[in-house]
Formats: sequence, C-alpha cells, structure tokens
Amino acid sequence: MIRALLLSAAAIVAAPAAAQDIAITNAKLVIGDGSAPIEGGTVVVRGGKVVAAGAGVAVPAGVERVDAQGRYVTPGIVAAFSRVGLTEVDAVTGTNDRSAPRTRFSAGLDIAPALNPMGSPVAVNRASGVTRAIVAPSGSSNLFAGQGAVVDLADDMDMVTKPRALQYVAFGEDGSAKAGGSRAALFLLFREQLLAARSYARNPATLAEWGNDAMIQRADADALVRVIDGSTPLFVRVDRAVDIVNVIKLKGEFPALKLVLVGATEGWLVARDIAAAKVPVLVSPLTDLPSSFEQLGATQSNAGRLKAAGVDVSVGVFDDDDAHKMGYATQYAGNLVGLARVPGASGMTWDQAFASISSVPARAVGMEGSIGSLRPGRAGDVVIWDNDPLELGSRPTMLWIDGKAQSLTTRQDRLRDRYLTPQEGALPKAYDR
Amino acid sequence: MIRGVKGSLLAAVSLALVGCAANGKETASAGDKPAEKPVKFNKDPYPSTYKGYPTRLTVVKGVTIFDGEGGRIDNGSIVMTSGKVDRIGGPDMELPTDADVIDGTGKYLTPGVIDIHSHLGDYPSPSVDAHSDGNEATSPTTPEVWSEHSVWPQDPGFSRALANGGVTSLQILPGSANLMGGRSITLKNVPSRTVQGMKFPGAPYGLKMACGENPKRVYGGKGRMPSTRMGNFAVNRATWQKAAAYKKKMDDGKAVDRDLAMETLAGVLSGEILVHNHCYRADEMALVIDMSKEFGYKVSTFHHAVESYKIADLLAKEGICSAMWADWWGFKMEAYDSVNENIPLVYKAGACTIVHSDDANQIQRLNQEAAKARAAGRRIGIDVSDEQAWTWLSYNPAKALGIADKTGSLKPGKMADVVLWNGNPFSAYTRPEKVWIDGALMFDANDPKRRPVSDFELGQPGEGDVK
Repeated sequence: MIRALLLSAAAIVAAPAAAQDIAITNAKLVIGDGSAPIEGGTVVVRGGKVVAAGAGVAVPAGVERVDAQGRYVTPGIVAAFSRVGLTEVDAVTGTNDRSAPRTRFSAGLDIAPALNPMGSPVAVNRASGVTRAIVAPSGSSNLFAGQGAVVDLADDMDMVTKPRALQYVAFGEDGSAKAGGSRAALFLLFREQLLAARSYARNPATLAEWGNDAMIQRADADALVRVIDGSTPLFVRVDRAVDIVNVIKLKGEFPALKLVLVGATEGWLVARDIAAAKVPVLVSPLTDLPSSFEQLGATQSNAGRLKAAGVDVSVGVFDDDDAHKMGYATQYAGNLVGLARVPGASGMTWDQAFASISSVPARAVGMEGSIGSLRPGRAGDVVIWDNDPLELGSRPTMLWIDGKAQSLTTRQDRLRDRYLTPQEGALPKAYDR
Repeated sequence: MIRGVKGSLLAAVSLALVGCAANGKETASAGDKPAEKPVKFNKDPYPSTYKGYPTRLTVVKGVTIFDGEGGRIDNGSIVMTSGKVDRIGGPDMELPTDADVIDGTGKYLTPGVIDIHSHLGDYPSPSVDAHSDGNEATSPTTPEVWSEHSVWPQDPGFSRALANGGVTSLQILPGSANLMGGRSITLKNVPSRTVQGMKFPGAPYGLKMACGENPKRVYGGKGRMPSTRMGNFAVNRATWQKAAAYKKKMDDGKAVDRDLAMETLAGVLSGEILVHNHCYRADEMALVIDMSKEFGYKVSTFHHAVESYKIADLLAKEGICSAMWADWWGFKMEAYDSVNENIPLVYKAGACTIVHSDDANQIQRLNQEAAKARAAGRRIGIDVSDEQAWTWLSYNPAKALGIADKTGSLKPGKMADVVLWNGNPFSAYTRPEKVWIDGALMFDANDPKRRPVSDFELGQPGEGDVK
C-alpha cells in the first residue's frame, strides 16, 4: 500500500507542471486576510491568478474542478523572513550564499543571481506549504547586507517574484560590532552612508572626488538612494526596546524611509511607538529567552501584545534555521493560538494567526495586492491541506503556485522510500530507486 | 543490565566514603564485604543535595492519562502522595477523601518530559562569551571534565523548559567539539542555588562522545589530530587502549596514580557510566558499534542520529537507543540525509526511540516535535498512538539514562513527575497547566506564584512575565 502511494507521488514529479485554470470546490476556505474560514467555499484560478473565492462562487465552464472534500484550502504560506534559495548546506561554504563577509560592496549586493531554485530546501519548504518567501541576505563586511527579494518556490528556474524588494541592515549588537563596537558608531555610520548616498544622488561626481576615502561604492550608493526615497523598504533587525525607538526616530531625518522591523524581541515594551509610526514587524514569536542583553524582555506574548496595540505583525522563523525550516511558520502560528488560552499571556485568534503567515507579510513588503491571500487578482498560490494547517504535522495534499500544480515530493521522500525496510535485498540499496 | 549497573554504582559510592586517604595516596577500602573490588577513589565527591519539595496528597480525576510506557486510561485518575505516584486507574478507582482534587475533564496527564540532550546551564542565556562553558575544546579527548562543574543554575532556560515544555528531568551534556567531551549529569528541573541541589539522586553518570564533523573540524582547524574521520577513530582507539590498561591495573589490585580522565573511561568499561554518542551518519554509527565491542563498552544512545532509519535493524539488534529531532536538517553535511520519518521508522523497527532537543528553545516543545514525527509516520502507514508516542518523551529517555526504575512513567511507587496539559499534548494549541516534580507543584499556569524567576531575571525587563 505504501509503495503504491509513493509511486503515484513519483508520477507527479515526472509530469512537468503546466498552467491550469482550476476551481477548488467544497473547501473549508481560508482567504488569508484575517477573515474566518468559509465552509463549502470555492476558489477559482484562471491565467495563474485568483479570480474569485468565497461561498456560492460559480465554476466557469471549461475550468478543471478539484473537490477538496471539506478540507482546508488556503493561500500558500508567505515566509516572512528567510534565506531559502541562498543555501543548500549551511556549513558547506560553497553552497552558502547567504552572506558575503569578504566583499567590499554592501547595500548594492543583490541576491537574485545567488538564488538556486533547484536546491533541496526549495522543494522541502514547498512540501510544507510555503509558496512565497521574503528572502534577505545575512550580511557583508559593511553595515548594509544588501538587497533581498520576494521569491516563489515553484519548480522552475525563475524564483524571483520581485527583485530588490528590500534592503537589510542589522542594528543592535550585530550592527554595532560591524560599525566599530558601539551603538554610537552604528547610528553615525548609518547616517553618514545615507547622507553620502544623498550627496551622490544630487551630484554623482562627488563619489569620484571622495576617491579612496569613499565609504561606499557606486552600486551601494545607488541602492541607498532607493532606500532614502522609500522605493526600497528598509528591513532593520533590531531587538532592544530603546533601539527600536531610536530606529523609528530615523524617520525624522529621512522621512521617506519605509521601515520594517525584524525580530523586535522587546517590541511589546514600545508597542505604542511602533503602532504610531505604522511600522510593520516581523517576529520570531516563540522567542522567550534572554539570549542576549538586548533581548532581556523576550516573551512569547510579544506578537500578541504588538497585535493588540495595532501593529502589523508577521510571524517568521528568524531564530531557527531560516533556509531549511520555513515550515515552522504554521507551527509557530498555531502556538500563538494556543497561547491565547494561557492566563496572562497574549496570543492571536486562529484567523489572525493565519493572516500573520500569509497576507500580513505580503503587506509588509508592499505586495498585499499581488500575493498572500485568495482575494481576486492575487497570484494563484493555493494549498489543500490534509488537516488544520496550523496543527502539528498537517501537510499539503495539493499545491499550486501561479496556478501551476507543484510536486510535493522531495529528496527526503526518496531516501525514506529507499529505507522503509533498512535491510538490503539481493542487491545493495544503491540499486533501489 | 542498567539496574545492575546502578546497584554497583551505589555500593561503590557508600564504600568510597571511607576510601579516600588524605595524603593523596589512595588506600584500598577494606569495607565489610571482602568480595567487593577495592575502591580507590570517592566516586561521588559532589553529591546530590536534592530533596523533593513539600507535597500535598493530590488527586487529578476525569483526565486522559498516558502512562509513559504505552498505556492509556480514559476518564482516569491519579493519586500522588509523599512525592510518589500512589496509583492510577479508571473512573472506578477509589480516591482518598482528604486530598486536593483537580478536575481533569478535557485535559491530559502524562509523565514529565525527559530531555536526554540539553546544554542548559552549560550554554545558558544570555549566551555571552563569559557564559560559554559547554566545550572544553582544548584537547580532542577530555573525559576528565564534568558538565556539572559548568552548570549555572540561574539559567532562565530551566524555567522555560518547565513552564512551556513540562520538562521534569534533563541530561546536561558537555559539547561535541571533542571525541570524548566529558561526563554528563542528569538533573531534576528544579530551581536551586547550587547544581548539587538539582542533581538527580542516584542517576548514573554519562560520557559524552562525538563522531564526525565536529571533532575533526575543531582540531583539524588547530592543525592537530584529528583532522579526518580516520583520525577520530585513531585517537579514540588509542585512548580506549590506555583506559583498558588502566582499568586492568586497578582490577588487578595494583596501585595506580589517580587519573581523572582514565577514571571516567574505566567507569565506562565497567558499565557504571553510560555512553551518549553524538553521531549522525549510519555508517559511522556502525563503526562506533564495532569500536565499542573492540574495547568492551556499550553505547547507551546515539544522539542526533538523523540516519538511524538506514540502520534501524542494527540498532534494534544491538539494543541501542536513538535520540533524534523531528525535522532538523541541512545545517551540515552529516545532517543532509535527514528524513521526517526517521523517528517513526526507528520505532517501527523495534528500536529504542527518543525525541531530544539539544536546544534551549526546542526543549520547550518536545511534545510538539513528537507530534510532527508521529504525523509523518502516519502518512506512510506507521500508526503510532498518542500513548505509544509518549514513550519517546519519558520512558525511553529514562531507560537510556538509567533512571527508569525511578521516573519516566506513572507507575505506583515512582517519583510523581507529572504534567497536566490543558488539552491533547500533541496539539499546537496545548500548554502545560500544572507540573509536579516529586509530587511538589512546581508550575501552575493559573498561579503566578508557581512560576520561578531566576536571579538573573530579577529586576530585568519582563521579570515574572508569563513568557
């Protein structure tokens, strides 16, 4: 029986995915925008995009029907902050393009050509329901890490949904270490680089005049100009409460900055400041240890308290293995639901928790109109789950990206199949495939 | 076998009290049993001072019970008295009338979670350099170091593991930089001023060993042996050879100079100290098994055993436990062939199956890790019940640590190390509601006074928060 099941999975791999017009009916339909699941819902995808979703939606003629049999149907998970595509094996440096510690470039780095859609982390995370990811570089020798992208996890050569979708910079202890050892140096270096980029924008010749004393390369200056004018969101890793306040204050000097806070472990202590500044936050919600002195106030109630204060909170996996285990997004969101039942703690409702791993991260990166929910006009990223997607061990049974059915089989599945019985047969295991 | 080991350890401890001479030259203890081998050195110089905290006669009734050994009772009850499990049973069981009674309707009751692989205290929070006490990475073999001498009892990680994870006992291992990293210690998860106040009374010591990438990377990077896997084995074998000679000298009643490293290894060779071997790859585990036979010791447990599924038959035959993650993979080459079904495949082969953390965060959710692994198994037709899966979290780790006669399951007479969960513990929506250790209520989600705050957290942002 197991073998038959596995063979059918293998057959799906062999057939290349083609764009389909599909209607998934009889669904416990989750739109992903924070609204409650709709029983008996239908979602229609045509030309790779959602055209209708809800109860009583008619299925147009000529559209393939898939009966979800009452199961959960949701938008694909949007990983709020990851390194998928940038690394295969973290400790094998040749496979690891997350960071560039020895480059002289910084903000100008663009991860797009480093992404590997054939890497096994793409397929493994897809099999756990992730269809899109916000991917950031980890760092360079300079303060700014470079430009991340929004990617899809489809089985094709082009991962990039939106290139140069963000600029990443680490504040706090990491940034201070790079800037010379103090937050004073960090804030000064940050300002000086932005001001240099601004001067360069006004008069490109200034860069040549600075010569070897230039603190940034031309490509970096180009990238920082887009940060200053708000066309590239600036993702800032920051944890300590007062650091968060000081980062928000930077908007006084650079008013067009589009800030997104990453981590924000002590965010709950300054939730009102964050809400007033309308700055979205990407959190690792189960972080509850004072891992450093800038995380003394760590609590699993951080996400819930920020949400209650009116902050847009996305749930991600920053403090875990963020290239390999994006499937933890659903588990973490489920834990926020559980936390809501603990006296004195703050969590989220199921509907809010699901939105925090779908439409809310899409909004954080300015793409709410194109991915992250099943509202009309969004990408046809749809998942049918075998169970409540926020429960432990639930898995997709079918998954589409841009309306194309995707394989859910991974290299890990092949290994598992080979060793369902570990004993070797007439020939060694190497002949068993 | 483990039972026998522990008996001899306790006998040795009591004899040791008279065996340590002041002049540094150890004298053999005469003792009162001439048949005993002479004991040269005090084997318990840092004795446990842990005693259970005050208890009350307590009943939880109407609750779903997983007994930890694979049994389940619906609408069951438990009676805890004087720190022990008095009895468990179904709705018809007679209950004392003078007990504190907790209605467990809709809730679940399990033995406390036991994490066989933790570095809490040795790598505490905050993880600043000044706290980095888990790897004595100055020599490839350091069997002379004891992890208990690094444990910082104020690590806030202990209370998180208690409150969120229902962890009642845990083994603190030295790290994996070294082939032989040193002795481990098993602790009760209670706050204490001293590590002695946490030490699990009577638990055997363990020896941490490590295969593969870590030792060869750390020492190869220093330009010294080992820099390869074959170097790993060469250093191990040479060290075991030396230990075997040392032990023989002692067994023959000859005087030996005290050698703390050799004492630990001799303890392994005599079966008093249990080997916990960090080892990912199937082929390396098979080689370690041969090495253990070459020198006459036994591996209790392979830790991080991501490839156990490839040799689950061999591990079952050899009676070796596998301590595993549900889904960690890809962070290093030897973690590349991880599969989500590893834990259920090992279980299906009839081998000893343990879920471990090696992580200050995941120790707070080992129940969830077990749930993920169980779900992966079910998808390929390995149907593991809730109550069977709980053996991965309490009884099997207790066996592997040599403490299963005292804890790890809810049998009458055992330590009342018990968790009441506010729902099915294999759900993401569930949390511990109450945790008892030796029958003392050490955590209560409904009572802020039953929530420990370590010295480090006192007066800091978020002090006493629910976390």
